[in-house]
Amino acid sequence: MIETTLDIQAIRKDFPILQREVNGKPLVYLDNAATSQTPQQVIDVIVDYYQRYNANIHRGVHTLSQEATDAYEAARQKIQRHFNIRHSREVIFTSGTTHGINLVATGFTSFLKEGDQILVSAMEHHSNIVPWQMLCERTGAILKVIPMDLDGELVIEQYHNLLSERTKLVFCNHVSNALGTINPIEKIIEAAHKVGAAVLIDGAQAAAHIKADLQALDVDFYTVSAHKMCGPTGVGMLYGKEEWLKKLPPYQGGGEMIAEVTFEKTTYADLPHKFEAGTPNICGGIAFGAALDYMNSIGFDAIAQYEDELLQYATEQLLAIDGLKIYGTPAHKTSVISFNIEGAHPYDIGTIVDKLGIAVRTGHHCAQPIMDFYKIPGTVRASFSFYNTREEVDKLVEGVKRARNMLL
Amino acid sequence: MTIKEIQEEIVEEFSMFDDWMQRYEYMIELGKSLPLIEEQYKTDDNLIKGCQSKVWVHAELDGDKLVFTADSDAIITKGIIAILIRAFSDQKPQDIIDADVEFIDEIGLKEHLSPTRANGLVSMIKQLKLYAVAYQTQLK
Repeated sequence: MIETTLDIQAIRKDFPILQREVNGKPLVYLDNAATSQTPQQVIDVIVDYYQRYNANIHRGVHTLSQEATDAYEAARQKIQRHFNIRHSREVIFTSGTTHGINLVATGFTSFLKEGDQILVSAMEHHSNIVPWQMLCERTGAILKVIPMDLDGELVIEQYHNLLSERTKLVFCNHVSNALGTINPIEKIIEAAHKVGAAVLIDGAQAAAHIKADLQALDVDFYTVSAHKMCGPTGVGMLYGKEEWLKKLPPYQGGGEMIAEVTFEKTTYADLPHKFEAGTPNICGGIAFGAALDYMNSIGFDAIAQYEDELLQYATEQLLAIDGLKIYGTPAHKTSVISFNIEGAHPYDIGTIVDKLGIAVRTGHHCAQPIMDFYKIPGTVRASFSFYNTREEVDKLVEGVKRARNMLL
Repeated sequence: MTIKEIQEEIVEEFSMFDDWMQRYEYMIELGKSLPLIEEQYKTDDNLIKGCQSKVWVHAELDGDKLVFTADSDAIITKGIIAILIRAFSDQKPQDIIDADVEFIDEIGLKEHLSPTRANGLVSMIKQLKLYAVAYQTQLK
């Protein structure tokens, strides 16, 4: 038995999708690191929005527009409270983490000059590498990589060696999507600030497991996606310290982000609207707030404790399979297991377990440099959420064994 | 046999399986019997883009017929390419160009035509046909 204060069976009933079958088998959804499932409480909010008060925000005087605006701004405040952000104007709604990163990377074009340095960690998602490469191309800045070791942990001594007064920006994920490593971002932020560098942390993989206190972290920018934490796709948030957001130029031009427009000159709106050009994903933003309510009603401490138990159990069970190797064995990790079976291709394993109704991710997880580091084509990745059960872990283990027998 | 006849034969073979398990086991067997590409041709040039696994295909003319060899690092992918090669190899380039590929659906590999996975299969078929077009030009 897994010790938990949570009523997992009751929680599972909140997620209609968990009742469906795949290939004639009950769905075992273990691809939560790619996208989490949506509880009925959030689905209801989405439906209610379109049924009752679908309208454009911040502009109409009519009742619907006012209601939509209130709900959208209330969601912004929920995000503010959840991440312990000082001002709600420091919460920028985005389309997701990638959008948030690009917004910062593009804005930094005017702050960087040739020879400046940007540090990124070796365990980044492609979306965390490419925008910085593009920024370097535009400015002549140099991209430096904070190396990792075989356990999948960043080599912090090397990070300290890389830092200098030329370092202008440090970028790192809070949790690695491919390995589940929880990075020591407190230390990373503190050291970067000592040399005057700004820090952007990608919280996409952390947000469903760790409730980050952004004021305590003293981070300059932090970005998340709603769909990894029981919310809808296509919406997320970028946090930026007010001083940074004031300095940063607007990312996109359009409606919502302007104060006054003439053909000679435009003045921009105040924060947060300066970065929110065009009609946003209004329903998505409101549903994001509902998703945070839902997760907080369960409680992040209970979630973390239960997921950790699941992780330990799954790790033990999987390691008992002949030839199975887990990639990423750091001291602190979230409920993600990246593995391979010697002699079998991850794609083959994924294809076979899918036939058993088990959803896992296979491939390089958009983190090719990590796969190159381990000299493998990819891995099978099982990622667990608080609505997964010990029985589902058993099904995964059985499925992987079956795949192994077929393939080898 | 014509491409059409071979395809019908493959469809018939697959219709004997009751469940996906047998079907995949058969594909894994086929994968193991794939006419392997010679090591010298396992180059980046012969790599098909768009697959989750690596797939190399080599083509050469034998008289007026085109012969394919291939390899992959994933065994189910190898099975799929083995089926395609059985259908298209040792045929005249024009016949390969003209052939349709609906039999893939009929043998229950339709899910491999879905956008992500299918990128691989669609790319494989496209590559075989591209070789046929190239050699057809050469034959003329």
